[in-house]
Amino acid sequence: PPTPSSIPSKLTINFVLPYQSEISNKEVCALRPSPADLSESRLEFWQMGVLPGHVATIAELKPGLLSVHEGSEVTKYFVSSGFAFVHANSITDIVAVEAVPVDHIDPSLVQKGLADFTQKLNSATTDFEKAEAQIGIDVHSALNAALSG
Amino acid sequence: MASATAAAVPFWRAAGMTYITYSNICASIVRSCLKEPYKSETAGREKIHFAVTKWANGKPEKPDIRSDSSAD
Repeated sequence: PPTPSSIPSKLTINFVLPYQSEISNKEVCALRPSPADLSESRLEFWQMGVLPGHVATIAELKPGLLSVHEGSEVTKYFVSSGFAFVHANSITDIVAVEAVPVDHIDPSLVQKGLADFTQKLNSATTDFEKAEAQIGIDVHSALNAALSG
Repeated sequence: MASATAAAVPFWRAAGMTYITYSNICASIVRSCLKEPYKSETAGREKIHFAVTKWANGKPEKPDIRSDSSAD
């Protein structure tokens, strides 16, 4: 897309899921997704902020919080995984397989899930099972952090 | 894929999983942690239904239907 001559004052975002278009063409002030870091050792707290005029970026989102800031209103979503594309004209597209408002998450199910998958990791035999269990732990930890953060 | 200074491939790819598999597992985990009634709303999302048809000698063979629903 063409780069405008001046930086727009607001960010236009499109946030889509396979089954519905969560946000389309909404103008907001800022966006804070949690992008995936290439280095596995830094899986925790890695935040990225997107403001109008942000450099064009493609970011893989790891399971985590996506907060959309509109003036003083903030809407928080938990994204299971996805991608964020920031274009040069400050239009941002976010695609995710699953995203839920943070208050739709049940904390007790998260704790139980974390315990279950930690156990699965201990009893896993094949690499694939271990990977599945690790994913379960990562996602539940991220859910936990999102609930308390 | 990764430059010399970045880390190796993600653990799930090293274990033989593709990104789509990883992403779908993450999504179903998130769905399993939802409160009701939101959880029941998502019940249909994981179901798959498709038919695979192999071709031999220019003719289709009997299609192999893969489905999560027991009907048809």
